[in-house]
Amino acid sequence: MTTFARVAFTLFLLGGAALALSQQTLGQQPERQDEFVPVSELPPTEQMPAAPLLVGAYVFVLVALFVYVLSIARRVGAVQQEVARLEGEIKARARS
Amino acid sequence: MPKWFTPLALLCGAMFAVSPLIIANAPYESTMGLVQKIFYYHMPSAWMFLLGAIVCGIASARYLATGDDRHDRTALSAAELTVLFGLLTLVTGPLWARRAWGTFWVWDARVTSSLVGWLVSCAYLILRKYGGPGSERLAAALALFGMANVPFIYISVNYWRTIHPPTTVVPTLQFSMGFPLMFCVAAFLLLFILLMTMHKRLEEGRRRLDALHLAFDE
Repeated sequence: MTTFARVAFTLFLLGGAALALSQQTLGQQPERQDEFVPVSELPPTEQMPAAPLLVGAYVFVLVALFVYVLSIARRVGAVQQEVARLEGEIKARARS
Repeated sequence: MPKWFTPLALLCGAMFAVSPLIIANAPYESTMGLVQKIFYYHMPSAWMFLLGAIVCGIASARYLATGDDRHDRTALSAAELTVLFGLLTLVTGPLWARRAWGTFWVWDARVTSSLVGWLVSCAYLILRKYGGPGSERLAAALALFGMANVPFIYISVNYWRTIHPPTTVVPTLQFSMGFPLMFCVAAFLLLFILLMTMHKRLEEGRRRLDALHLAFDE
């Protein structure tokens, strides 16, 4: 077998293998989508898990409310302390 | 604080502690499944957001009419709560929408008008903080626009083409889903009242502090 014949035979084998592989790959592809599909009917691989969104929403609400309650309680406390301090100083000044 | 404050605060805390259990026992909605349960916190937040804008608007109108500082303090307290509950609404809604609609955000009438209402409340607070003397009356006028936006937010789902669920959903809920919703609405309403009371006390303290500073300087 000449060198040319060996190269031609090798290319023939590789081309055949590539053709067979591409046919197999095409056969595995999903059918082309040409109509609306509701989210609930999507295959599991394309669906989004609901639990992280649900947990995220509830954690965000509870943490935000807790932080706000702490913030307003701290502000009320600070203002009351300042009022008491100033009242004390004004009284002390009035006595002296 | 008033005598009723502590018992109601304890009740409110207990209601929020129990609410996840009640929500977990509510049945699954047939088309959306688990993610629909975000609704039990999302909708009460949205109602408190609209209530805050209405309270702020009415108090501002009374302040503009009478010049009474008490109404101004009520409006300021309500504006801060409007921003808080609006934020909760605008965060929980997209988390639900990501699963239900496939996207976090759509520029439809309900979602956009809610964002505008929230931005008006933010503008009110920014104006009050950085507007300087006389900004109270300007902010009060802004609050009237915020209140005028509330009916648009509410009816937007009925009059414009939108993918947001309509207002007819709540009255048609079965008891097994309606009870957890109303329980959460009661918890959020109680929290709204308690936070309003705390914030008004804060504003009264600040007013007293300003008067004391003046007296101290003299």
